[in-house]
Amino acid sequence: MTRRPTFLLTMLGFGFAFFYVPILSMIVYSFNASRLATVWGGFSTKWYTALWSNTQVIDALMLSLKIALVSATAATILGTMAGIAIVRMGKFRGRTLFSGLVTAPLIMPEVITGVSSLIFFLLLAQWIGWPTQRGFTTITLAHITFSMVFVTTIVQARLLQFDRAIEEAAMDLGSRPWQVLFDITLPVISPAIMSGWLLAFTISLDDVVITSFTTGPGSTTLPLLIWSKVKLGVTPDINALATLMVVAVGLGVIVAGIIMNRAEARRLADERLAYRTNG
Amino acid sequence: MRRLKAWFDRTGWSDLIIGLPYLWLVLFFLLPFLIVVAMSVATKTPTAPPFSFGGEHPWINLGGYARIFGDALYIRAFLISVGNAATATFFCLLIGYPMALALTRVSKSWRNILLMLVILPFWTSFLLRVYAWMGLMGRSSWFNTGLTDLWNWIVPIDWAVKSLPMMHSNFAVVLVMVYTYLPFMILPLYASLERLDPTLDEAALDLGSRPWQVFLDVTLPQSIPGIIAGGLLVFIPAAGELVIPSLVGDAAAPMIGRVISDEFSSARDWPMASAVAVALLALMVVPTMLYSHYQARSEGTK
Repeated sequence: MTRRPTFLLTMLGFGFAFFYVPILSMIVYSFNASRLATVWGGFSTKWYTALWSNTQVIDALMLSLKIALVSATAATILGTMAGIAIVRMGKFRGRTLFSGLVTAPLIMPEVITGVSSLIFFLLLAQWIGWPTQRGFTTITLAHITFSMVFVTTIVQARLLQFDRAIEEAAMDLGSRPWQVLFDITLPVISPAIMSGWLLAFTISLDDVVITSFTTGPGSTTLPLLIWSKVKLGVTPDINALATLMVVAVGLGVIVAGIIMNRAEARRLADERLAYRTNG
Repeated sequence: MRRLKAWFDRTGWSDLIIGLPYLWLVLFFLLPFLIVVAMSVATKTPTAPPFSFGGEHPWINLGGYARIFGDALYIRAFLISVGNAATATFFCLLIGYPMALALTRVSKSWRNILLMLVILPFWTSFLLRVYAWMGLMGRSSWFNTGLTDLWNWIVPIDWAVKSLPMMHSNFAVVLVMVYTYLPFMILPLYASLERLDPTLDEAALDLGSRPWQVFLDVTLPQSIPGIIAGGLLVFIPAAGELVIPSLVGDAAAPMIGRVISDEFSSARDWPMASAVAVALLALMVVPTMLYSHYQARSEGTK
């Protein structure tokens, strides 16, 4: 095709405008001096300074980060194990049910996951007296459960394109099986594990629906706090908070993307070098 | 690889690697789900917890399911959910297809940057993406006033309005759904379009096809698996959506996710909430099976 696809490029431009104009508008209005969130009243950074002294927001952010750290780490361990189990363990008893269990949470509507988790925790409290109250523990347990399957999906995809000859070669050269696992398999799939952790972390940090069902009195995560404020309408301090979050996540994703691209490029170069010196 | 697996089996590591995530998912996902299924045939009681099997109540009470088919509220909520999700899917396809096709036509270095820009909104908070639109659709926002002026300029003077009633409508729900789920449509479409052989296009052009004929006869038929995958990735979550209709939707026309949440929290009717949840899942089984069918097929042709 030598013709420039003018129509397609125009559509692409419109599409990106559609993606970014609402976010940019939100960022611009976070510097609005007026209390009316949608009417421009001059430039000001007062909503940002107000945010610093808002302990409610800081507490909610801390709780969210704590939950996201714990749940993403646990979800990455469990999800990676599940991925290895499905790709590498061959046929085991209950494999069909297991592969169903790692895909079902992906498509389960969040509201159903939320309701079923809450009913489960309430009945558990009735039957065995635990959990006595809902909060950090119940939210984290629910987050681990629905984010681990995302890790599994990523790890599984990476393991499927793994060149097993490398593992075979290491075994032939006398490596112990645990050395193969820790020196070859896990390092090679580590970019996938890292993206899995990052995805689990952001999913947990972002979740409203499941958190709203599994939370208890006094445990307000940042999305829950935003949710309760946003229901009442658009306010400039939420615009400021939203801007900070969008910028933080955007920078984080870009930096992580660059690091992972570099690691992947280095790995490919190493692989090529290895083939060349051997061949 | 046999030896690695045999070693895992011998040392019991494989039991741990399979067993731990298995046990976790059975305990925290399967069991709660089975409780909901059982709950859907229980009877609502004014006790705590508010349900009962047996005793003076029937063991299996199908009243909840009967109400879903008998009560207009539930049928309407299902129809609104399916209607909104289908409309959103259609518009995602309409906007996403040209975008995905354009992404295959730009240079490699641009492509990576643009793909990153497609994925980036997906990483930012879902709630905040909905919130951004609340700011735009509000009565006094620059977006609404701009569109209102445009509207008043186009239509006859009798139809002129002070501001467009965008918020709290099905229109708002569909618009925000299209906005939040568009990456889900673009990415699988791009994946399937990127695999196409460009020489086929050139051959068709050389043989005298017009560009739009090439699109209809060559490109479009080959991208159908991508269309179906993307469509279901939008439709399935959209049909069960709770956040978007709660924030920008019409409270008088609730979607099914809202009905489940209200039955459970406000009405404290656990059996009814469970019955509606099971019905929603049943509604999603067919599209999900379609999705895995096409997923398997498109992976087979890779």
